[in-house]
Amino acid sequence: MSAVVFFIAAIGAIAGAIGVVALRNPFYSVLALVGHLLSLAALFLLLRAEFIAAAQVVVYAGAVMVLYLFVVSYIGGGAHQLTPGGSNLRLVAGGAVLALFAELAIAVLGSGLKAIDSDGAPYVSGFGSPAAIGESLLTKFLFPFEVASLLLLVAAVGAVVLARRRKGTTLDDAERDAAHYITPRSLFSGTMAEAVGAIRDPAEPPVGVTDENERSGW
Amino acid sequence: MSIAWYLVVSALIFCIGAGGVLVRRNPLVILLCLELMLNATNLALIAFARMHGNSDGQIFALIIMVVAACEVTVGLGLIVAIFRRRLPIDVDELRELQG
Repeated sequence: MSAVVFFIAAIGAIAGAIGVVALRNPFYSVLALVGHLLSLAALFLLLRAEFIAAAQVVVYAGAVMVLYLFVVSYIGGGAHQLTPGGSNLRLVAGGAVLALFAELAIAVLGSGLKAIDSDGAPYVSGFGSPAAIGESLLTKFLFPFEVASLLLLVAAVGAVVLARRRKGTTLDDAERDAAHYITPRSLFSGTMAEAVGAIRDPAEPPVGVTDENERSGW
Repeated sequence: MSIAWYLVVSALIFCIGAGGVLVRRNPLVILLCLELMLNATNLALIAFARMHGNSDGQIFALIIMVVAACEVTVGLGLIVAIFRRRLPIDVDELRELQG
């Protein structure tokens, strides 16, 4: 039974990985990665890592992939067609990857570890459970745990600083000329669309009072 | 299933990810391929944790997931900054830092 589950999950994981690399549209690549992560979570369950599998599904396949999808739809996934790359690069990359796989396979299968051909150590109740992981994190690995939280803070601040708006360099600044889009009308009028940032059509005829003195002042 | 099978799958996924980093030119897809490589490492670590019956490897995998999340955040921030500056989203075009 475990062999069947293993082969299904392993084939799913490898197919998802190939899909990430081979698909043209980044949107589909992200979806293939979600499938890959779910298959990998099944493999983690087979290895008795219950908490890691749950974290993989919830945090990785859930939260992080949603972040990816937001960015892909922000920059417009399939809109940017890249010029075709050189075939030399593909040949060299394929050769390098094959050499890397041969090396890893030799390292794994020729390692001389006797336990590598077994099913692993005898199962102890509670291995990989949230209680065991939490106890390790708060006793033996307290320092890495705290450093990880600091790293997350640094990454969040760094992302905000990197992606903030800089004056004059963004897509919208050129068109945001106040006199260009505010048509004369009374001070306290406005639409709901404008309240959330929509720009009024300059060709639209002015509404209400158009007296020069009562125009809004901005 | 013996542990060696898991390690071979892990090596295969790592190689696919490495090939993607080498071949693809969209920085978003390169980040995705980095995720593949990190996940292959996680699989190997968890397989070894199972082999030894010691959950330290699972803690290591958890910390790798945290580091991957940080890497994704900063990488996506960089891509959004590139997009805002109207630069092409293609790593072959972004070579100003090349020596």
